[in-house]
Amino acid sequence: MTEMVYGSVPVRDGEPVFPKWWRTVDKWTLSCILMLFGVGILLGLAASPPLAERNNFAPFHYVQRQALFGGMAMLAMILTSMMSPTVVRRLAVLGFLGAFVALALLPFLGTDFGKGAVRWYSLGFASVQPSEFLKPTFVIVAAWLMAAAQDLGGPPGRLYSFALMVAIVLMLALQPDFGQASLVLFGWGVMWFVGGAPMLLLIGLAGLVVLAGSFAYNNSEHFARRIDGFLSPDVDPTTQLGYATDAIREGGFFGVGVGEGQVKWSLPDAHTDFIIAVAAEEYGLVLVLAIIALYATIVVRSMIRLMRERDPFIRLAGTGLACMFGVQAMINMGVAVRLLPAKGMTLPFVSYGGSSLIAGGIAVGMLLAFTRTRPQGEIGDILRGRLR
Amino acid sequence: MIRTPLRPLARILDAREKGENPDAIERENLRIRHEQIRDSSRVRAEGRLLVLGLTFFCAFAVIGARMGTLAASEPREPRSYATGASIINSRADITDRHGRVLATNMSTHSLYAHPHQMIEPERAAQELVRIFPDLDQERLVKDFTGGKRKFLWVKKKISPEQMQQVHDIGEPGLLFGPREMRLYPNGALMAHVLGGTSFGREGVHAAEVVGTAGIEKFLDDELRDPAREGAPVQLSLDLTVQSVTEEVLDVGMKLMNAKGAASVLMDVRTGEVIAIASLPDFDPNKRPRPLTEGDASDSPLFNRAVQGVYELGSTFKIFAAAQALDLGLFNASTIIDTRPPFKVGGHKIGEFENHNYGEISVEEIIVKSSNRGTGKMALAIGPARQKEFLKGLGFFDPTPLEIVEAKGGQPLLPKRWTDLSAVTISYGHGLSASPLHLAAGYAAIANGGVYVKPTLLKTSGAQNGARIMSERSAAAARTMLRKVVTEGTASFGEVPGYFVGGKTGTADKPKERGGGYYKDKTITTFASLFPAHDPRYVLIVTLDEPSENSGKKPRRTAGWTAVPVAAEMIGRVAPLLGLRPDVARMQVERVYQTSN
Repeated sequence: MTEMVYGSVPVRDGEPVFPKWWRTVDKWTLSCILMLFGVGILLGLAASPPLAERNNFAPFHYVQRQALFGGMAMLAMILTSMMSPTVVRRLAVLGFLGAFVALALLPFLGTDFGKGAVRWYSLGFASVQPSEFLKPTFVIVAAWLMAAAQDLGGPPGRLYSFALMVAIVLMLALQPDFGQASLVLFGWGVMWFVGGAPMLLLIGLAGLVVLAGSFAYNNSEHFARRIDGFLSPDVDPTTQLGYATDAIREGGFFGVGVGEGQVKWSLPDAHTDFIIAVAAEEYGLVLVLAIIALYATIVVRSMIRLMRERDPFIRLAGTGLACMFGVQAMINMGVAVRLLPAKGMTLPFVSYGGSSLIAGGIAVGMLLAFTRTRPQGEIGDILRGRLR
Repeated sequence: MIRTPLRPLARILDAREKGENPDAIERENLRIRHEQIRDSSRVRAEGRLLVLGLTFFCAFAVIGARMGTLAASEPREPRSYATGASIINSRADITDRHGRVLATNMSTHSLYAHPHQMIEPERAAQELVRIFPDLDQERLVKDFTGGKRKFLWVKKKISPEQMQQVHDIGEPGLLFGPREMRLYPNGALMAHVLGGTSFGREGVHAAEVVGTAGIEKFLDDELRDPAREGAPVQLSLDLTVQSVTEEVLDVGMKLMNAKGAASVLMDVRTGEVIAIASLPDFDPNKRPRPLTEGDASDSPLFNRAVQGVYELGSTFKIFAAAQALDLGLFNASTIIDTRPPFKVGGHKIGEFENHNYGEISVEEIIVKSSNRGTGKMALAIGPARQKEFLKGLGFFDPTPLEIVEAKGGQPLLPKRWTDLSAVTISYGHGLSASPLHLAAGYAAIANGGVYVKPTLLKTSGAQNGARIMSERSAAAARTMLRKVVTEGTASFGEVPGYFVGGKTGTADKPKERGGGYYKDKTITTFASLFPAHDPRYVLIVTLDEPSENSGKKPRRTAGWTAVPVAAEMIGRVAPLLGLRPDVARMQVERVYQTSN
């Protein structure tokens, strides 16, 4: 008491930050993400030495970089997850403005690293892809606008967010980066769906997509060939897809053994887009199923926690972030097993990549911030007799 | 729907009376309304989130299941289905009538480079140029080190020795692909018939061999038909006879200072072409490029026997005589006045070197080769019937020979078939046809009056073609042809024991730009059949611009140029064809001639 009176022990107005964070954060999701990051390092040990050899670096150069960036990403994630949703929203809106401007300036200041699409800023020691940061912050901004639209006399937020989404998708498509563009489109669609899109409109849109698809299939030879090639059961074994499929088969249930895999030497994208093939070959189906389970847990658990959320902004933002995260993982693995047509997309937290790792950390941090346990007016529900 | 106002008038008035702020009522109502919206949207979102979660769960489950089935299946060797795998590169052999190989396949290798796999591109280029001196080293270095090209052909066909030398360079970026290559083991022999091949669709692991000319192109589909299972295509040609023919023709062409020559040897009953040659020729293994300028007929690729259409001169006279006999207008001893003047359509018809043969028989007209005599016969026959007759002998259409070039041998016919045309065509001017056309026409006379289609494919048995004239007329025509050799213009054509009959033809060459004929350029032709009493073969020999220079002035007639070449040819070819010199008949004929 004396110490308190004389100020030698600081007075707190509430619960200490860290214990509160630990009490309220979704520990399941957190541990899943940490495990995914661990798997990423483990697979980096297997998949990146060929790349390091090609680029004349020490064998584990990329693993060290991954660990460094991963550490930064974990830090960013934890810091973000400690913020309150309001602070997250404010910072994300500022971040969104920055990323949007950066994306718009890409054609003038960006570089394509000889890959044909201008997507990066080169910072010397690392490269930054603005669209990686734009994706999660856009989700926040769109959720904010949509939630505001629900208020009586609020702004027409859905229309605004739709216009914003169209602008971003167009800019991404012009780079061209159809993968990111489709992710942004998907994220907005999911939020719109959860935010109360009319069922009739959704059914109409689905019909329209089917119509447009069949029209494109019948009229565009290129499109038809892509689809036919995807549907045909034979895959040319000399393509990346063929190697990936063979690697999965080679691995079987328990893998060929650590460091024994061959596919990483044949695939130029073994450390990014096809890392799941390396995992399947060296560690077998066991690790692949574990990775899938981790992603599924993160997504499904976040959804369940968001179901109880009262605040529309938090609900929408959380949904958008979780779905984007899950879909990116799904597309990556779906391509490797030929359930989806070929599309370059990284496996979040597992694939190698500096700026995408940090952006992913921030995104998941925001998701964790939104799914933290907070009072949801249960007492009020009980008092009003809407007990469930 | 009942609209509940945010500012219910009763409560507002009530509040005003109590002195309270009525806005508080609105705020309170708004709050309650928000609460309601929020609750309803929360309920809706709960359901939709559940749907989303389930969807994600199912999608992840599907991916997991798919991974499981893949992991459970057997791995395949990563073997490429290269684009070339579907290329059919089997091509049937071509043989002569006795089964001797004329065209076959040999497996060799092609050489290509993957510059990105190269370790020492400069040294590789240097070594390659040492092995293949025709390569350009600077260009190779540029291609190998430019970094742009991932693949390039170095050589399409290389020999096993060259392949070993390239192996010895030890450069991993130099690779070999298997190739089927077409080989013509007899070199230039029958070059114009065989034509040539080149690569069609090309992949790394195979290349299609497609015919580019001659019978290779004409029978391309048949030769490449996998259903043949390698059965060779057998031609009517005889390798030995062809070889002798070409040798004699080549020597004859040089002796007679001709710039080109052609010969056709044909079986008169079956229509099979036994030997067909055109000089100058080429090697189908290294087919030269077509001429880009000048006259295409000067190219060695030009087939004079089939593609070349010439005015064949007096060789046509026998057709007029045979038709006149067949129609019963004359017989062999009918006397015709061949004295000048003889004018048709305002044109004077002259004779060779302005001879005047006087009043002579039809037989003598052929033997002495009188233009006015055949002209008078043609007038008696009339243009319509003459046209019909020549059409029946195939002079109106390209020959049906099984090489693509045959289509190019379209005879040149007069636009209007007037009396004058009839007269000039009767002695072989005004109608241009190929030597092969002439062979088919003479075959009809030789085989007793039936048209046979010339063919390059081995056949069995005589063709039953359309009858053009009676056997009697054909036999009478043959007697005349025999007399041309024994008594007339083709006296050099006698080959003891083989009873050659035939007709010479010397035609002035028309100027290329029109406007008359050259005085000192001729096409000389000898159309012959042997043995004359029972003809088995016809032989046409044509020389382009010959001149026999042993006399005081150059001789350019067929009797001095084409006939001796043909006689030499018959003398050497007939035994190869299984004909024996008929010694007994030689004596009979001598007695017959002396008693006459």
